[in-house]
Amino acid sequence: MEIFEYAPAPESRSIVTIRPSYDLFIDGEFVAAKSDERIVTVNPADEEPLSEVAAAGEADVDRAFTAARRAFERVWSPMPGAERGKYLFRIARIIQERARELAVLESLDNGKPIKETRDIDLPLVAAHFFYYAGWADKLAHAGFGTRPLGVAAQVIPWNFPLLMLAWKVAPALATGNTVVLKPAETTPLTALAFAEICQEAGLPPGVVNIVTGAGDTGRAVVAHPGADKVAFTGSTDVGREIARAVAGTGKRLTLELGGKGANIVYDDAAIDQAVEGIVSGIFFNQGHVCCAGSRLLVQESIAEELLAKLRARIERLRLGDPLDKNTDIGAVNSAAQLARIRELAAAGEAEGATGWSPACPLPERGYWFRPTVFTGVTQAHRIAREEIFGPVLSVLTFRTPEEAVAKANNTPYGLSAGVWTEKGSLMLWTASRLRAGVVWSNTFNVFDPASPFGGYKESGYGREGGRHGLEAYLG
Amino acid sequence: MADISPRIGVRKTYKLYVGGAFPRSESGRSYPVTSPAGDHLANAALASRKDVRDAVVAARKAFPGWSGRTAYNRGQILYRIAEMMEGRRAQFAEEVAAAEGVSAARAQALVSAAVDRWVYYAGWADKIGQVLGGANPVSGPYFNLSEPEPTGVVGVFAPAGSPLLGLVSVLAPVITSGNTAVLVADERAPLPAVTLAEALATSDLPGGVANILTGRLAELAPPLAGHADVNALDLAGAGGLAAELEALAATTLKRVLRPGADDWNDADPGLSRIRPFLETKTVWHPIGR
Repeated sequence: MEIFEYAPAPESRSIVTIRPSYDLFIDGEFVAAKSDERIVTVNPADEEPLSEVAAAGEADVDRAFTAARRAFERVWSPMPGAERGKYLFRIARIIQERARELAVLESLDNGKPIKETRDIDLPLVAAHFFYYAGWADKLAHAGFGTRPLGVAAQVIPWNFPLLMLAWKVAPALATGNTVVLKPAETTPLTALAFAEICQEAGLPPGVVNIVTGAGDTGRAVVAHPGADKVAFTGSTDVGREIARAVAGTGKRLTLELGGKGANIVYDDAAIDQAVEGIVSGIFFNQGHVCCAGSRLLVQESIAEELLAKLRARIERLRLGDPLDKNTDIGAVNSAAQLARIRELAAAGEAEGATGWSPACPLPERGYWFRPTVFTGVTQAHRIAREEIFGPVLSVLTFRTPEEAVAKANNTPYGLSAGVWTEKGSLMLWTASRLRAGVVWSNTFNVFDPASPFGGYKESGYGREGGRHGLEAYLG
Repeated sequence: MADISPRIGVRKTYKLYVGGAFPRSESGRSYPVTSPAGDHLANAALASRKDVRDAVVAARKAFPGWSGRTAYNRGQILYRIAEMMEGRRAQFAEEVAAAEGVSAARAQALVSAAVDRWVYYAGWADKIGQVLGGANPVSGPYFNLSEPEPTGVVGVFAPAGSPLLGLVSVLAPVITSGNTAVLVADERAPLPAVTLAEALATSDLPGGVANILTGRLAELAPPLAGHADVNALDLAGAGGLAAELEALAATTLKRVLRPGADDWNDADPGLSRIRPFLETKTVWHPIGR
């Protein structure tokens, strides 16, 4: 089949103004950090510096908590829910108005394709604020009590920077809590743009405070005695550390951690649709997705046919400039993450699995990894057990539904799973036995603010989204 | 000569309840149990760390079957437990009076409350899904349903000082939703727990759904809280160990219900002791032709 070449179709970055340097956002304004340490954030697609931000120290974090406490007591928690809700509606509207700018900024700082930031991240961010705005004056109907907890300490990851901010901030504010939020060190820019949006919305000072920094700042935020509630999204190892730090303090805690999602394809599945679902399951956002379908479990009788179609589909994926509207796979977010992906892929080869990647050229600068499929994977292999958080798929086979379920559940994680079959009863039988918080059947990686998200087992606890997402912020 | 020698009573041996059976501690140990006034009541099994591990294995083995029962069936079995307790009122009342040092009338009231607790939680079994779950109005052509599911094996530390009512009040909400439990009884007053186990064993409750250990809290709690195959902890009776156990639970990210809220004393605690031991599963499916 003839393949037409694509002409470059880059989204203009002129819509975004990035300042050379950013201060912390505390008590409604940008204030210089007391700490002298700075962090340079780079564009992972070309390694060029975008800006530099402060690394907040303990004194800075303390200041943020003082502001958040004051705002909680004097302004935000006494405010009628209907009025709080209006601020959230305003924020949702401003995000919609500035969506393209924020999408470009997110793609620049994170490396993910503009197609995703424009069509998935930003619409979901706005929808999340809009959804929780409407809850603010209806908490009595949610079944969790109506009292806010106080100040929420929130630490978010780099894979969906603004979306994870929305998942944390929107329910906290709707329920009358105030927040101190730390964005990831490699992707702070959209959180700082969100700080400007809070100003534009006239949000009372101190309701949202944003302290940039790395691990030390995160530890200071989580450990601060002024935090009534800790919410974290990130790796399971850091989640354990936080759970240990919180033990005995009485702080409420929710954790959204790692995963090793199984995507089960039965022999009666609509195979072309399944191939699309497998591709979006593992290559969406370069595989930097905690709920990625990183283990493909395919019924043995169709494995050969399915893998041939999967390889043909992957050869059509376009890897490159995140700002190009045709790009399917962008840049890996950081050098450190690229090193981890390489290390695990090498372990896959070393342990006897067979890796395959399409022959796609990689840009000279930046952090890139080809979409990769490993076959001949056993359950004992590291690439079947450990979260790679990159565009690497491990393929295993099964013969019976019982074997598929047993293999799918054979992991300490329990965040997501997929089921592909045309038989409704088999789908429901499988879904009911999967120990995972989200089960996508005949689809994968779809999200909605009304749909609760979160894991079983070591994928963490608590749910974000929907009525269920209010529980974490009410006492 | 007429037979005038008094009949010698048959005393009970108080043992553990693990996997539906009544073993002694594998360690062969026991400890004397006394009333608040200091009178010797009986010897109880002094469970070991190995007994904890055996109990977790039994609870894990029982989980797929119990969580796979219909909620209606679980409700009937919990109601059956109430029936079995009712039939043994006299024995429970006597043991509670001895263990707590309360009057016969007070003991009767505590037994009644404990029986009623089973009835209360029996009725919850098939209501939880509708109250906590439901369809989500997502903005796309998808069927999207969230439903609560049991989290798995729950380690339960029964409250101290209420050896029957307190114990039932923390055990029943854990198992009504389909979890299985490893419960550590009140260290100082373990005897009513063992008698309760005898009621459980005759209630159609599958073996391993509720496992009851007697012994030293300080010895049994850390291995239970740190066990990698335990999904959640109810620290109601953890006392001064609570913070340490919560830190141990962090290693495998167990769900933890902290002590303090004495809502087990409430006759209508709602979902407050059920919800902490549930997961929410959300299932998506496209809608189309």
